[in-house]
Amino acid sequence: MSPIKDKLDHKIICEIVEPGSSVLDLGCGNGDLLCLLAERRGAKAQGVELNNDAIHACVEKGLSVFHSDIDSGLPYYPDQSFDYVILNQSLQEAKKVEAVISEALRVGKKVIIGFPNFAHLEARILMFFGGRAPIVSSLPYEWYSTPNLRFLSIKDFKSFCATKGYRILSSYFLDSQGQVRVLPNLFAQNAIFVVTK
Amino acid sequence: MKKSVGIVETKYFTFAESPHEFRLESGRTLGPITLAYETYGQLNADKSNVILVMHAFSGNAHAAGISQGDQDQPWWDFMIGPGKALDTEKYFVVCINVLGGCKGSTGPSSINPKTGKPYALDFPLITIGDMVATQKHLIDHLGIRKLHGVIGGSMGGMLALQWIASYPDSVECVIPIAATLKHSPQQIAFNEVGRQAIMADPAWNNGNYYDGASPEQGLAVARMLGHITYMSNDSMEKKFSRRLKDDSSGFKFSADFEVEGYLQYRGQAFVKRFDANSYLYITKAMDYFDLSDGKWIPEKGLPDARFLLIAFKSDWLYPSAQSQDMVRQLKMRHIDATYCEIDADYGHDSFLIEAEGEKQSHLIKHFLAKKKW
Repeated sequence: MSPIKDKLDHKIICEIVEPGSSVLDLGCGNGDLLCLLAERRGAKAQGVELNNDAIHACVEKGLSVFHSDIDSGLPYYPDQSFDYVILNQSLQEAKKVEAVISEALRVGKKVIIGFPNFAHLEARILMFFGGRAPIVSSLPYEWYSTPNLRFLSIKDFKSFCATKGYRILSSYFLDSQGQVRVLPNLFAQNAIFVVTK
Repeated sequence: MKKSVGIVETKYFTFAESPHEFRLESGRTLGPITLAYETYGQLNADKSNVILVMHAFSGNAHAAGISQGDQDQPWWDFMIGPGKALDTEKYFVVCINVLGGCKGSTGPSSINPKTGKPYALDFPLITIGDMVATQKHLIDHLGIRKLHGVIGGSMGGMLALQWIASYPDSVECVIPIAATLKHSPQQIAFNEVGRQAIMADPAWNNGNYYDGASPEQGLAVARMLGHITYMSNDSMEKKFSRRLKDDSSGFKFSADFEVEGYLQYRGQAFVKRFDANSYLYITKAMDYFDLSDGKWIPEKGLPDARFLLIAFKSDWLYPSAQSQDMVRQLKMRHIDATYCEIDADYGHDSFLIEAEGEKQSHLIKHFLAKKKW
C-alpha cells in the first residue's frame, strides 16, 4: 500500500470520527490509524490484531490491543460498546465476512468499512486485456501470496448492504490522488463506507 | 550486556505480633509474621514509581542483582535493572517472598512461638488472598499508597490478579503473565501428584521432619513432575531429544537419557532450597484460588486500572485460553486491557527464560510507560 493512500484513507476516517468517540479498530495493524484518532480526535481507541509484530508496535505507541483474529475477537465486547468499529483494509481478509460485519454492528453504533475496489478500471484492464489476476496499487499481491480472501467491488458492497438491510450513512471513494466523484465503481481504488443497522 | 542492579540485601519486616495476630481468610489467626523482601531502584518523592514483582510458586524475594552469601540465582535478573523492562532508573521495584514460603518469610518451617518448634502442619492453611493481604501490610509499612504496577508469572500472575481484586484503588497497572483466574482440574491434578509424592515419602512423617531427615525423595519427584509441566514437548526435544548421557551404560534403571539426568538434577537442586511443607501449603493455596465468577472486578469497574495480559503459545499448563478468559471478563466490563500471546516455544516457564524474554520485555516496558489516551 502506498503511503499516499494510507494517509488519505486515514485522514478521511479521522474526519468521520467525532472528537471524543470510542473506537475499536478490527485489524488495526501497527496502530497508525488508532494513534491518529487518539491524537487528533481524542478518541478512546483500542484495536484487535493478529500479527505479533504489529501488536508490539501498537503497545509501543501506547495503544490497547487484543491479540486475536477479527473472526473470533468480538464476542467479548458488550452490545453498542463503541461509537465506531473500524474495518479498514481488513474485511477482505476475514473468513466469515457476514458474521464479522454483523458483530461489528452489534458492538459499534456505526461501522466504518474501507476496502480495495476490485472493479477499478486498472484492474479491469489487466483482467480483460492481460487475462491475469490484477496486481494494482490497492491490490498489490500475487494470487498465490495475497492475504485477501474476498474480492469485491463498490457495487457488490452496496448490494450486500441492501440485502442485509444495513443503512449506508456516507461513502467516500478514493484514488491515489484524492476523492473520486464520478463513476466510483470504475475509477475508485478504495472505498470507505459508514454503515449502521 | 545490560547492567545489573548490583549487590542487594534481603530485608525483613515483622508484624502481627501478639496480641495483634493476623486474621487469615480461614478465620484462624497467625502471628507474628515476617516477610522477606528486596527492593531495587529508588523510591521517588511522591512514592508513585513502585512496581511490585511477585514470584512464582517456588520463587523467592531475590529477583535481581547479586545477593551476598546466598547461593540462589536471581530469578528475573534479565527483567529488572537499569534500562531493562522494569527499569530501576525509573521504578522502585519490590519483591516479597510469599507467606507460607521458606525463603525468609513465615511459613510451615518457621518457629511457632507457642511451642518453640517449627509449625509443620500446625501452620494454618493459607490462601492467595492471605499472601496479598500480608504484602499489603508491608507496602503500607513502606508508606506506599498506590502501586504503579503489580506483575508476576504463573502464581505471581494470580497474586497480581488478587491484588487488584483485594485493593482495586491501590493498583494502576496489572500484568499477569501465564496466569489464570482459577486452576483447571488438570492443574490441580498435577499439584496433587506432587503433594502425594511428598506425603508418600516416609521421611515426611506427617510434616514433622525438621529435626531429622527431610522428605527429599518425595520433594524431588514432585519437582521433576513440575519441570515436565513447565516445559513444552518442543523445548524438551530441542534440549534433550533422545540423547543418552555420556556415562550411560545402557539398559539400566538409572538415568540413561539426558532428560532423565536433567530432571534428577533439577529435583536434587530443588530439595536443597525448598521446604516440602511449603510445597504442600503453597500449591494448595493456588488450587483454592478462584476469581472466575467475575466478582474480582468491583461494581464501579476499574476506570483507573489497565491490564497487560501475556500468555505463551507453547504453554500447555496455563494455556492461553485462560488468559483470554480474563480478557473477556475485562472487555465485558469496559476495562482497558491489552492481550498478547507470545510465540515462545519453551512452555509455561517462558516468562523466566532470558532467551525468550525479548518480546515480553518489550511489551512490559512500553505498557508501563504508556501515555493514557
